[in-house]
Amino acid sequence: MKRTFGGPVIFLDRSDINTDEIIPARYLTEVTKAALKPFLLEDLKLPGFDPAGETLRKAKVIVTRKNFGCGSSREHAPWSLEVNDIYTVIAESYARIFRQNMFNCGMLAVELPAADIDRILAMSEEGEVQIDVDLQGHEVTASVGSRAEVFTFEISPFDQALVEAGGWVEFADQRY
Amino acid sequence: MGQTIAQKIFAAHLRDEPFPGTCVLDLDRVLCHEITTPVAIADLEWRGKDRVFDPLKIKAVIDHVTPAKDSKTAIQGKILREWAHRHDIPDFFDIGQNGVCHALFPEKGFIRPGYTVIMGDSHTCTHGAFGAFAAGVGTTDLEVGILKGVCAFRKPESILVNITGTLSEHVYSKDVILHVIHLLGVNGATDHVIEFRGPVVDALSMDARMTLTNMAIEAGGTCGICLPDQVTVDYLWPFISEEYATKEAALADFQKWHSDADAAYARVIDLDVTNLEPQVTYDYKPDCVKPARQMAGTPVHQIFIGTCTNGRLEDLRQAADILKGRKLAPGVRGILSPASPKIFREAMEEGILAIFMDAGFCVTNPTCGACLGMSCGVLAPGEACAATSNRNFQGRMGQGGMVHLMSPATAAATGIKGTITDPRDL
Repeated sequence: MKRTFGGPVIFLDRSDINTDEIIPARYLTEVTKAALKPFLLEDLKLPGFDPAGETLRKAKVIVTRKNFGCGSSREHAPWSLEVNDIYTVIAESYARIFRQNMFNCGMLAVELPAADIDRILAMSEEGEVQIDVDLQGHEVTASVGSRAEVFTFEISPFDQALVEAGGWVEFADQRY
Repeated sequence: MGQTIAQKIFAAHLRDEPFPGTCVLDLDRVLCHEITTPVAIADLEWRGKDRVFDPLKIKAVIDHVTPAKDSKTAIQGKILREWAHRHDIPDFFDIGQNGVCHALFPEKGFIRPGYTVIMGDSHTCTHGAFGAFAAGVGTTDLEVGILKGVCAFRKPESILVNITGTLSEHVYSKDVILHVIHLLGVNGATDHVIEFRGPVVDALSMDARMTLTNMAIEAGGTCGICLPDQVTVDYLWPFISEEYATKEAALADFQKWHSDADAAYARVIDLDVTNLEPQVTYDYKPDCVKPARQMAGTPVHQIFIGTCTNGRLEDLRQAADILKGRKLAPGVRGILSPASPKIFREAMEEGILAIFMDAGFCVTNPTCGACLGMSCGVLAPGEACAATSNRNFQGRMGQGGMVHLMSPATAAATGIKGTITDPRDL
């Protein structure tokens, strides 16, 4: 499945946002991804953040800090993003299992240095930030009003291949 | 340049290197439980690929919510149970035989030095105590593991934690690992294997080593790993005695995995634990760690002893030594979940369960339940729990609850006083 990456941004301006905050364990008894939709980030306590709010509902991209997705291996974390049409996360760094789960689902976990995250955050003070992703060119464009800034990112060839294949099952099934 | 144990295991299992730096490994074990596997099963069915690569290398257990607490958890169990039967997976553990996966699978002898192991569970790093490369993965990796018997990893870099000195009385491997996580931070080992070595590790039992490796993920580590030695051979001997003529032969074979003297490490931490005190977490991250004495007086409502970190026989003995002849403070609830039926039975036969019950504890069946707030001991908002588990995230054991991580001895002492207590101060 070809996906479009990018869209309106929500900022989660804290490091170490863990998998329990992304999707609490009490919802791990669900056996379909779709059932997770209403519960995304339900337990995240962050000033100004409302898990039921308009900003999260409109968002297609999460921009955040270090070690996003730490803790559990639960793929319910990226699935809860996926079923809310959030296919792109931009962070300073990730926990390994979460990052792999994103790519394994054909979703995009972009790493940018702290200074770049700061600049995107500063843009948000001028209005609603829109992110566009050029996966081939390894570029993220953040725009607000008529102003735009371009950031380049690195992605391993394997992770890029997973995103292009639509995930690890598709990739592995053809190859092994 | 020599190789680390992780590099040797990777080299021995390398199926493919589709891109530079990406290692697709053949798997010796794919472990499954009822929380993360059912979605993989459903996806395989949807794709028309409901197959398994090798039913003998797949091991499955219902452990997170058992016995089922409601219809949803009953359905998760049913999906795993029917799948295991459908594919003739002989090692499937249901009610009566089931226990916490990272306690049950090792005691069945399923994990050997040099193995590659994955499971849809972040604490899979526990199995590195046997000198295996064992990593927690998501459901998609698990799904491909079940179907193809492979998993992709980045080339492994290792952090060497060399532990020297002597552990004081009432200071245990749990205190050591909490201190290591404090030093590394919650992402200090991301994309790295943590190799635990040194005379202190050599002197630890397998139970205590599993406590150490279990929490590698709390520093972001892919796997925690110990070098297999005589202790490993003795533990595994009932399962390997037909494969090796003597224990000496087994030891010599296991030693082929040992890291070379000139292996390269991303970082080396030399840690003398002689002055280490019992440790406790505060706040909502596992690297927020202080000596228990600095937390003394902090009230708790519940004591929880169990889990893949500290629910093994040695852990229960350490808590029982403190609890013997004493009682929980008024108003404090005590929950003991022995981590497997074998541990439950041995604790019963040694009189340990009686000590817990005399102290006022409820003894549950083996299950993960309370650790992640799914069953058997969920906290109410505003409550605090002294727990021997591995994760203190906000809401982990119940919305609005606080978890203080500590050793079984410190948890027992805390239960007696009703406030966080260093076991040396009882």
